[in-house]
Amino acid sequence: MQHPKISLTLVAAAVVLIGCGEQKKPAAKADAAMEVKIGHVAPMTGGIAHLGKDNENGARLALDQANDANIKLGGKAVKFVFMGEDDQADPKVGNLVAQKLVDAKVAGVVGHLNSGTTIPASALYTQAGIPMISGSATNPKLTEQGFKGIFRVVARDDQQGPAVASYLATQNKPKVVAVIDDATAYGEGLANEVEKTLKASGVQVLPREKGTDKTTDWKAILTKLKGKSPDAIFYGGMDATGGPLMKQARELAVKAVFAFGDGACTDKMSELAGAAAEGLLCSQAGIPPQAASKTFLDAYKAKFNVDPILYAPFTYDAANLIINAMKRADSADPAKYLPELEKGVHNGASGRIEFDSKGDRKDAEITIFVMKGGKIEPIAVVKGGKTQAYADFIKAMGG
Amino acid sequence: MDIFLQQVINGLTLGAVYAVVALGYTMVYGIIQLINFAHGEVVMIGAMVAFTVIGVLAPYGWPPLLVVLIGVACAIPACMLVGFTVERFAYRPLRRAPRLAPLISAIGVSIILQHLAMLIWSRNVMSFPQIIESRTYIVFGAAITNVQIAILAICVLVMAGLALLVYRTRLGTAMRATAQNPQVAGLMGVDINRVIASTFGIGAALAAIAGVMVGTYYGIAQYTMGSILGLKAFAAAVLGGIGNIPGAMLGGVLLGIVEALGAGYIGDLTNLCRYDWLASLLSERCANGGHFILFGSNYQDVFAFVVLILVLVFRPSGLLGERVGDRA
Repeated sequence: MQHPKISLTLVAAAVVLIGCGEQKKPAAKADAAMEVKIGHVAPMTGGIAHLGKDNENGARLALDQANDANIKLGGKAVKFVFMGEDDQADPKVGNLVAQKLVDAKVAGVVGHLNSGTTIPASALYTQAGIPMISGSATNPKLTEQGFKGIFRVVARDDQQGPAVASYLATQNKPKVVAVIDDATAYGEGLANEVEKTLKASGVQVLPREKGTDKTTDWKAILTKLKGKSPDAIFYGGMDATGGPLMKQARELAVKAVFAFGDGACTDKMSELAGAAAEGLLCSQAGIPPQAASKTFLDAYKAKFNVDPILYAPFTYDAANLIINAMKRADSADPAKYLPELEKGVHNGASGRIEFDSKGDRKDAEITIFVMKGGKIEPIAVVKGGKTQAYADFIKAMGG
Repeated sequence: MDIFLQQVINGLTLGAVYAVVALGYTMVYGIIQLINFAHGEVVMIGAMVAFTVIGVLAPYGWPPLLVVLIGVACAIPACMLVGFTVERFAYRPLRRAPRLAPLISAIGVSIILQHLAMLIWSRNVMSFPQIIESRTYIVFGAAITNVQIAILAICVLVMAGLALLVYRTRLGTAMRATAQNPQVAGLMGVDINRVIASTFGIGAALAAIAGVMVGTYYGIAQYTMGSILGLKAFAAAVLGGIGNIPGAMLGGVLLGIVEALGAGYIGDLTNLCRYDWLASLLSERCANGGHFILFGSNYQDVFAFVVLILVLVFRPSGLLGERVGDRA
């Protein structure tokens, strides 16, 4: 157990060194605000760039609001600087930009979007002592690594998977279900959780079928499944591959109910699959964006002139969690504000946030949607293992 | 049986697309013994151009078929232009260079085209405007859509047209003469440069058609779609005997069917629990309808290349190929 001491000394030395280097700038402008850099990482290009932009907007809004509020830390005025990076949903690029943020000495990171990029990058942030909060990475492994300062504000796949699976099992009562995944950390992880829950509720699950995150031709797999006539098909993957999957299934006259996870729970599904997307059952690891607090929704709309798509309320909350912890600790030094972050309770755009000892959100909600007329509509909310109709949930929220 | 028929129909459609792309590889190889690795990217550019044009025209409410035809009509000249340009600047200067040089040049062109497309159309997946209503017909228990029927019909037309061109026209005669011996053909008054450029142009036009077919079939297009499609079509061309036009057609269709049947059946065939003597060994895994699958459907993309390796080992000249060994 000597390593923490050594690394702390190193960090301290590094802080002193940086302090020396950085002091020149404020000296030139005596009254200039202290700059605090907050990193944000999501794919800004590629098949899910629309989701990346949504995440980035949420975090950016929180920082802009903090700058308008003229926050002072340790008696000095603070200017929050937003550092947005693109990881292209690729773990290799994810580590590259994570290292870039570490080198730039960011005080905290909001991100990444995908589990596949967040998990490897979290090791880099932990080593550098930089707290990281993901607003959308759902794979359980992220917070099971025992890393300090790694959080998420959405539900885990082992909460989301059982939620969507038990909804499917109780509402649609399928006898045979086929499970497909895209062989990514996210898709496979979620599919495993779904399979577990389905089996536990006595549903027969067919042998797993797999594509990749670039598969466009699903016909061979679907034809094979058609021969086993499943009542429902679950797919763990993103919308760029889920769209063609559903379209081809309907072309093959496969009548099964489709259920997808949060990666393919967007309105883009109807653009990719057309009329074939009707009736899709899917889940999001959190409350739907339209159920976020009104102050957030109005501020978001006013700033970006669009409505949030998926996880913007969560990245907004993640950024605010970091800023509020800094305020309480009266410091932007990760070592000082991290304890505040760990124990803080925050009433954010997505409701009450409190972390458990692993860094997961306590009592995270999962929302079940159904595709109707080209739009996904929330129909139920699962919280703490209990399913509630969406309308009742909104009433209880007081909205 | 209807499942088997369905897989064959899936495979035929896929194979038809491979065949049309493979023709582009095989024609170029037949004439200048160059494997044009940029051909897959030309297919991608065809799909992207057609998607853009169709996307612009879609809101006007014109007949869907007309809109798609205009899309194809724009994609063909665009791809031909790309084909001519690539031949003129990347391959012609290297025609007398050692064989490795144009091959490397081809790989370079492929990377350039892919990234140009990324700059023009972004990395995002483009979705095909929903203007063609997909209709499914059930034949002997197997489903076939209007798009699949169109793809198969166009594929047959394209192959027939190409056969006519190669065996019944002056240009075709000149192409065959150049393929046999460029020097002698040149001495006989054949303008070799023009013939080679035309070959690239025809190949690119076929690529444009294939691009629109594959884009319409799957409903999406992206700047990376050309590389794996190109590799598989190349495998199809080698399977049939590279340089041989009927071979490319046969290879494409065979490869499509092998892939569909492979992906459809390998999971069941390698499920060790179906074999009694193994099931008793794996009693824990196989109990209560359990399964122990060695190779699942995720090996779908592997079949094309397994077939490619087998052909190269046992019949290097391909199924219909002749005297390719001494040329390659």
